[in-house]
Amino acid sequence: MTGAAGAGGSGSVGSAVSGSGSVGSASGAEPLVVVEHLVKYYPILGGLLRRKIGDVKAVDDVSFEIYRGEVFGLVGESGCGKSTLGKTLLRLQPPTAGRATIAGEDIFSKRGKELKRLRRRMQIIFQDPIGSLNPRMPISDIIGEGLLAQADEENGWKDRKIRDKRVEDYLEAVGLRRDYTRRYPHEFSGGQRQRIGIARALALDPEFVVCDEPVSALDVSIQSQILNLLLDLRREFNLTYLFIAHNLSVVQYISDRVGVMYLGKIVELADVNELYTRPRHPYTIALLSAVPDPDPRVRKKRIVLKGDVPSPAAPPPGCRFHTRCWLRERLGNPENCVTEEPPLRAIGPGHRVACHWAEAVPEDVVAAAVPAVPPPPVQAGAASPSVSAVSAPASGLGGPSGGVGAG
Amino acid sequence: MTVPATVTSSARPAGDSDILLEVRDLRTYFHVLDGTVKAVDGVSFTIRRGQTIGLVGESGCGKSVTALSIMRLLDIPPAEIASGEIIFEGRDLLALSEEEMRHVRGNDIAMIFQEPMTSLNPVYTVGDQIAEAVMLHQRLSKKEAWNKAIEALRAVGINNPERRVKQYPHELSGGMRQRVMIAMALSCDPKLLIADEPTTALDVTIQAQILELIKDVQDRTGTALMLITHDLGVVAETVHDVLVMYAGRIVETGTVEDVLLAPKHPYTEGLLRSIPSRGMKGQRLNVIKGTVPNPFNMPKGCNFAPRCPYAFEPCAEYDPRIEDANPPDVACWLYTPAPGSPVPPRVRPRRPVEVGA
Repeated sequence: MTGAAGAGGSGSVGSAVSGSGSVGSASGAEPLVVVEHLVKYYPILGGLLRRKIGDVKAVDDVSFEIYRGEVFGLVGESGCGKSTLGKTLLRLQPPTAGRATIAGEDIFSKRGKELKRLRRRMQIIFQDPIGSLNPRMPISDIIGEGLLAQADEENGWKDRKIRDKRVEDYLEAVGLRRDYTRRYPHEFSGGQRQRIGIARALALDPEFVVCDEPVSALDVSIQSQILNLLLDLRREFNLTYLFIAHNLSVVQYISDRVGVMYLGKIVELADVNELYTRPRHPYTIALLSAVPDPDPRVRKKRIVLKGDVPSPAAPPPGCRFHTRCWLRERLGNPENCVTEEPPLRAIGPGHRVACHWAEAVPEDVVAAAVPAVPPPPVQAGAASPSVSAVSAPASGLGGPSGGVGAG
Repeated sequence: MTVPATVTSSARPAGDSDILLEVRDLRTYFHVLDGTVKAVDGVSFTIRRGQTIGLVGESGCGKSVTALSIMRLLDIPPAEIASGEIIFEGRDLLALSEEEMRHVRGNDIAMIFQEPMTSLNPVYTVGDQIAEAVMLHQRLSKKEAWNKAIEALRAVGINNPERRVKQYPHELSGGMRQRVMIAMALSCDPKLLIADEPTTALDVTIQAQILELIKDVQDRTGTALMLITHDLGVVAETVHDVLVMYAGRIVETGTVEDVLLAPKHPYTEGLLRSIPSRGMKGQRLNVIKGTVPNPFNMPKGCNFAPRCPYAFEPCAEYDPRIEDANPPDVACWLYTPAPGSPVPPRVRPRRPVEVGA
């Protein structure tokens, strides 16, 4: 059963991505996670008898694949379904329809013992470092609970000593002290709590980790610590990440490939550099143009979208973005945007987009919305990295990649 | 002027009549069970008429408390304004009665908050809430106030304002609610608008709408703007001048170009370098080591010294003040000779830092 499902899974990748012949990827490895036509609806209950009167279409027919060892970034605004997608993929919620496999094994058909074994391979890191840790549990139990649940003859995690040792090992791996096991969550700062959440996920030795907005609640200086840590751990433990975030700069930094979601659909998917320099979906272009740039010399031509995101309970017909689309307006409101739903189609190596008119995107609009990085201001000393940043501050600050406080 | 203005302007010399708000040596403390938290510890700055200024820093640095002190919206106790003056158009706000202060709020200084849902009353319609403010401050009749509410909503780009005024806050989206907050704040034509993280709770496309609106309104009405945010991108796009706060103090000030392109203070520089930027792909991000100092146990010298990669002899001993610098644009011994210290300052030029979204 499992074997057959696995074979079927890898065999139908091509059809799932609607005929994109060349699925180019930076990693070049085989897909670890394959998602096909995933659907997740939440029922809306109403009326006197609390009958179902509709559906919130949180994720609506989404297909993509995540390669082994890559960071797949998923961006979109609140309510676009990106977190629902992550949680459904890990079976934290039942899917409405569709298929998903991890290393060829079907995720949604598993039950009982098989499901439990599967859960160990897929873990999640949550956004809220306060709400996701039980305040009444010491760290040893917070991290050890998962180990206890997954204990078997082979790993010996039933034994408290072995378990505690593993908890300490993973605390150390995420940059915390081994003797923190007896402490409680309130004794830690936000960044430290997020490290605990990461240790909890990694202690089970997963292959695939969903990072659901892991740095959104953190200050900039702490955010950079956690991003560095996540990349280090990926190398150390051979992890594959699905990185869900609304911050486009963070996603650009950490991801190898990126998918953009709008109202339950993936509207564009490409290698990170391709997506950020040659976006082809009008929504992606507007999204990138809206990100405020901390370089005051960068003057983006913002594309300000009109109105709000429509309700996912009643998405617009045809292309879901057509009600706010600036490109459609420019093209004189073509009919097929309203009548025909655009498929996610390949328009270049590894680049897929769900727009009928992607080829008609004006280059000058893209160039103004996503300007190139301006050259650094010319100033003496900028090009010469100093010998030691700490002992010779007058001669420059150690270069852009210098080890300024790299601890 | 007895106190040096910490906001230096190269554009035009600021005459006294030009100054709208002057905060002098403000100290706001909170008395809690474990001791005293010096949330704002000696902050001075000025805002000229029509000036747009950004107050940036990470959580807990005292930026919101500074704004709430100006508005006198803190509960006393546990809060205490231990010292300082807040001079608005020649009057010290801290010396006003509660009745007089109520007149200043809304009429002269208005504030918009981060969370538009909790700042609006859920059981009154949007129109009632704007009209209430207008009636209170401008002594208009109910009908006139209601019409003014409709006008205010139209001015912030809300379609069909005649229908929207009759709606309740829960019927509006987050971006729409923030527009209502801005409409309410502007309904009495304030001279200073304080916006405390106005777009932090919003999505990036909605944030773009609200920032455009704030800039547009500022252009149109000429009101001064104090924008409080942790997002350096928002600062770069919205305001002209910037104040950087760390642990209750202003550590650096200047124009957006000066501070963001060539920061002087090691904290500002560290902050800018920790933002993931286009050029950073594949490199490790810069990290400011350690954490913000414990508010009950501040370092003796510079608050930032324990985390600073450039700290040298005077930093652990002497507390740098931005007022002592010449020009007063940075609080750091790398630029100012430390009093009583035999070690001379290690002046270094402003150095460009590459940033980008």
